[in-house]
Amino acid sequence: MSPIDKPADRDGAREAILGKVRKSLGIDGQSGARDAVVERRIERPVRHLTPARVLKPKADLEALFAATLAAQFSTVLPVAEFSDVPGAVATYLRQTNLSGRLGIGSDPLLEALAWNGEPGITLVPGRAAADTEVGVSRAIAGAAETGTLFLASGPENPVTLTFMPATHIVVITSDDIVGPYEDAFNVVRKLYGPGLMPRTLNLVSGPSRTADIGGKIVIGAHGPQRLAVVIVKSTAPAAT
Amino acid sequence: MIPQTPEFKANARAALADPQLQRALSGLPTGLVAQRTSAKARLPEFEALRDVGRDVRNHALAHLDLYLETYEHNATAAGAVVHWAETGAEARDIISRICTEAGARIVTKGKSMISEEIGLNADLERQGFEVVETDLGEYLIQIRGETPSHIIAPAIHLTQDQVEADFRALHTHLPADRTLVEPAELVAEARGVLRQKFLSADVGITGANFLIAETGSSIIVTNEGNGDLTQSLARIHIVIASIDKVIPTLEDVTTLLRLLARSATGQEFTTYTTFSTGPRRPEDPDGPEEYHVVLLDNGRSELLGSEFSEVLRCIRCGACMNHCPVYNAVGGHAYGWVYPGPIGSVMTPALIGVKAGGHLPNASTFCGRCESVCPMKIPLPKLMRHWREAEFEQGLTPPRYRRGIALWAWFAKRPRLYHLAARFGIAALSAAGRGKGRFSWLPFASAWTRDRDLPAPQGRTFQQLWAETQRGVPR
Repeated sequence: MSPIDKPADRDGAREAILGKVRKSLGIDGQSGARDAVVERRIERPVRHLTPARVLKPKADLEALFAATLAAQFSTVLPVAEFSDVPGAVATYLRQTNLSGRLGIGSDPLLEALAWNGEPGITLVPGRAAADTEVGVSRAIAGAAETGTLFLASGPENPVTLTFMPATHIVVITSDDIVGPYEDAFNVVRKLYGPGLMPRTLNLVSGPSRTADIGGKIVIGAHGPQRLAVVIVKSTAPAAT
Repeated sequence: MIPQTPEFKANARAALADPQLQRALSGLPTGLVAQRTSAKARLPEFEALRDVGRDVRNHALAHLDLYLETYEHNATAAGAVVHWAETGAEARDIISRICTEAGARIVTKGKSMISEEIGLNADLERQGFEVVETDLGEYLIQIRGETPSHIIAPAIHLTQDQVEADFRALHTHLPADRTLVEPAELVAEARGVLRQKFLSADVGITGANFLIAETGSSIIVTNEGNGDLTQSLARIHIVIASIDKVIPTLEDVTTLLRLLARSATGQEFTTYTTFSTGPRRPEDPDGPEEYHVVLLDNGRSELLGSEFSEVLRCIRCGACMNHCPVYNAVGGHAYGWVYPGPIGSVMTPALIGVKAGGHLPNASTFCGRCESVCPMKIPLPKLMRHWREAEFEQGLTPPRYRRGIALWAWFAKRPRLYHLAARFGIAALSAAGRGKGRFSWLPFASAWTRDRDLPAPQGRTFQQLWAETQRGVPR
């Protein structure tokens, strides 16, 4: 990417704004104490209040995650093993009378699955196109607090697959289900490094919706009309 | 947008007499208000979170200069181009230059209130760009040539019949005999029309609910997915955000996100909360090639040091207007500028001056519901009162009001006389109103009784009742 210079920005706008902010705050020159407070807050983020609903054993969190997603107009497809995913996806698509052409990224866990064993399923690798009807993604975490999937963009998981197709299928392992959002953010920090993020981190809590016409909720606005979440109970490699 | 705020009284009168608008507004108490109430009931920590949220915002604002610098540093490190704009005109220039240099033709937009504040669409259109609002509510008002009447539900003043009529008039490429009875059919039609725009857009502009200093990310919170299509499909993504949006860490923003959707729509969480950090990475198959962030001041830095600084805690949920009896009666357009409701009554005089915006802080009964539901605990009635004082001190209050206040003050400075006059007045009104318990007409009070009844007093003054209570007289 070539860096873009900024000739239209008025010279000194930045300094003028920061100067006015400091003046309003009554800050005169450098203050080591304020700097230290800010540095500490960024380097060691403080957790605030965590809702009691997620202070539960792991099994209860998994149940809460699935139940909350289902209550948010999503279909939950529990499977026992990773190798069961293609079968569950194929069955869901057949039952809902949907296309078997799946837009899919290069997620190694999803790529390794035996999709070709499912009749009617074809994989279209890479980003979504205008005619991609079904997108498949893998979530790096799920927060049971509100049934929220965490999706990180990249070649493994093109962001367009999350928003363009009418149907979005997300695979998540139960190991990756946590309680509060803060635990999910720690998963992101572990994957990308402290203070670093993918280009987009998408928190998804259901299919797209709107209430802009007469205040009535309609499921399926600009994004997907259907969200199906495959929850894999065991992450152990298939026995075969 | 030229402020119509000085016309508030006439606009409010017209709004009260508009049956269509009244029908559209009648859904508020059972809609957004009831949904917030039940969301709050499902989260026992809601009230405690309001205190935490207020403290997070106060901390961020007290160190705003440093968090802005940290944000800029981290965003730039991720490949963002950060621009600073002191005024709306500067922000418009920056954005139109980016569009021009990109050779853009179509510019899609996610919902952004500050783009309304700075009149961005009109400016871009003047320069020949096709600007397409993609949030369904924003699209509905754009095709009507209107402005938002609510900060999160911009088309709340429209009924389904109006939308159907607009779609039939505008989408003439579709069969004239198609059915558009269900809201879902209207949504599907808009989805089809706007999908073509998303795919052909050169630049996508979004706002930002928050900026994160820790990671250099911007956040949008949506339900429709339009903001994500806007920012993922165009070659260039421009974010416009006011400087007060910066929050220190992911943990800090989490608290605010727990409050935002519940306060706004009563959802547990919005469908999509998206963190964007820089442009697409070298190995990414999609996402924008350029990512610009325009940091707009437009008066915020001066508000920070004023008696109005608490208004900067606002996270734009709209709960204050949903719960406001004035907003519920007249809707958002009557307020005459970008921000309606109680938050608008505080923000508008700050942004366009108390001379033009002075009616708004007076359009309040000070019932206090706005403050009681505000997730950031902004003392909105107190701030409106500050504007009333500023208006009075600057001599902007109309002579009739000033004379009335002077008369009241003359009595108030003479307590014995005041009590005596109040006792006679209350007793007389009580006797006169005994039959109906209210007045539909009163001499010298027709401005009040023209639109509503005046309840008849019960017979004794507050001071009398207070004195009896102090003496232990049972009520």
